[in-house]
Amino acid sequence: MCGIAGIIHRGNSNNVGGEMQKMLQSLKHRGPDSTGYALYGEGESNNYILRYKVGENVKEGTTAVKEDPSVYAARRKEVDKKINEVGATIHDDEKITDYSFRYVISYDGDLLDLAKKIESVEETEIQSLGKSLELIKDIGDASVVADQYSLNQFSGTHGIGHTRMATESGVDIRSAHPYWAYPFSDVSVVHNGQLTNYWNNRRALEAKGMRFLSSCDSELIAVYLADKIREGMDLEEAMKGSLEHLDGVFTYLVATKDKLGMAKDTMAAKPMVLYESDDLVALASEEVAIRSVMPTEIDTYDPYEGEVKVWQA
Amino acid sequence: MASIKGHKSTEMGLHEEVLTGRTQQVFFNPEESENFFYHDAYDVDFNKRTEIDAKDIECLDINRKIKELMSQGYGTIVIKNPGSKHSIGVGILNKLNLIVEGSLGYFGIGSVDGPNVRISGRVGWSCAENMMAGKVVVEKNAGSCFGAAIRGGDLICKGSVGARSGIDMKGGTIIVGGDAGAFTGFMMQRGRIVILGDVGPNLADSLYDGTIFVGGNIKSLGADAVEAEMTDLDVDWLKRKLKVAEIDKKVDFKKMTKIVSGKKLWNYDNLEPTERKGAI
Repeated sequence: MCGIAGIIHRGNSNNVGGEMQKMLQSLKHRGPDSTGYALYGEGESNNYILRYKVGENVKEGTTAVKEDPSVYAARRKEVDKKINEVGATIHDDEKITDYSFRYVISYDGDLLDLAKKIESVEETEIQSLGKSLELIKDIGDASVVADQYSLNQFSGTHGIGHTRMATESGVDIRSAHPYWAYPFSDVSVVHNGQLTNYWNNRRALEAKGMRFLSSCDSELIAVYLADKIREGMDLEEAMKGSLEHLDGVFTYLVATKDKLGMAKDTMAAKPMVLYESDDLVALASEEVAIRSVMPTEIDTYDPYEGEVKVWQA
Repeated sequence: MASIKGHKSTEMGLHEEVLTGRTQQVFFNPEESENFFYHDAYDVDFNKRTEIDAKDIECLDINRKIKELMSQGYGTIVIKNPGSKHSIGVGILNKLNLIVEGSLGYFGIGSVDGPNVRISGRVGWSCAENMMAGKVVVEKNAGSCFGAAIRGGDLICKGSVGARSGIDMKGGTIIVGGDAGAFTGFMMQRGRIVILGDVGPNLADSLYDGTIFVGGNIKSLGADAVEAEMTDLDVDWLKRKLKVAEIDKKVDFKKMTKIVSGKKLWNYDNLEPTERKGAI
């Protein structure tokens, strides 16, 4: 089933970490396996924020293989070496969990080169690489993940998130949403639904050099949008194109450094409730998530079939 | 239980088929007064009014509380702070005035038979699904599958509704003051839908029977949906129903579009006459 949610403050920052935690926690019944956040903070001016992991969280029910934690330190050292090799400089590094790290780096080369170098280290995956995006995902509900990664006081303009019920792929961080639209900084996607022409599109995109990390159909949306942006389309245009090229039933949210967008398939088979005011836009699979941050009576509505909307922060 | 022998429905030829095996069918006979009420229905007084603050209560307990209050004779119940929780007010098989001050989540007021419900906010997906009788008025917007599979009663949304309103509907009336999404009236089998605004694509797709009236634009008709001529009877019925629905929008009824089934679907034509009766 899965639950998705997003919030964007127009023209000001807020505690989006805390807001997204409340919204996603109220959608726990739609997906208890894993939770993910893509939060857009004030950023590090010209520096990049790199979130990456070098192993999997192994809990009851997960499909990941348990490793000796000592391998994580070795992999991290290897990542540091690769970053230096491409000419990037690490300004700050933080160990969040045994297997997950947050770095602030400066780099003026090609992001694809940097990403490829880092991911050449065994079992290493970049969660996000951007100037304001911080993408965090792990096994457990919204509160567990927010506590683990200290997200409850994260200040920013907007964010999207996902609670996952694993269906066609495993319970692990790799298959959790959101997905970063590799290799574009600050683009992330969450999705509720099923894509039926996943393999056709994946083969075509792989032939064009795009990379897939998981076998989760939702990743296709991120990679599809990344490919279209690479070809020069703007976000809204790429999203409208996705309604023609992606087959299935879906509603998805996409965020960039200063925008948040939503798209609904032409059958309108997956839910989305929307609240829009001059100050903010909040949207979620169920209205109960919006109520968790706005308890007073408000006017909400369902976007229609084939609808694409984009809001500016 | 009423007997079908000599019943009007038998005279009309509705039971000519030979039934074999066991049946649990119960046929309604208006002359038997007990058929108007469920055997365990509560005798409630509409002037006896009370409130439920739903803020910190789970939906199961809210529904239990409604039953408990009806058993105490309360005929008017106000639910405060519903917080868009799911499945509030389901399974009410009783006469009751239920007032919801706020919005409901999914499956609100489902499978009801008899209550008069007013919701001041919005409702999520599948509001009043399987309603048998009663009246439900939603003051704001509604999600998808509004009135899915209703058998009777009046279901009114003063705002706009999502996709697939009246899907699999088998009776009753759905009235929408605003717009409606795709596949409105999908596989509808009986009853009437009135949309005063615009309607999305595939209106009345695979419609078996029933009638849909549209005041605004129709994006596209679904398979087997055809336009029919508006009659004076239709206009009279619409005037009366909109009054009941408390929608005071100025409508030129004569200019509304009437959609019915073309009855050309392959499976419809392949049905034997007795099977067609079963289908509707």
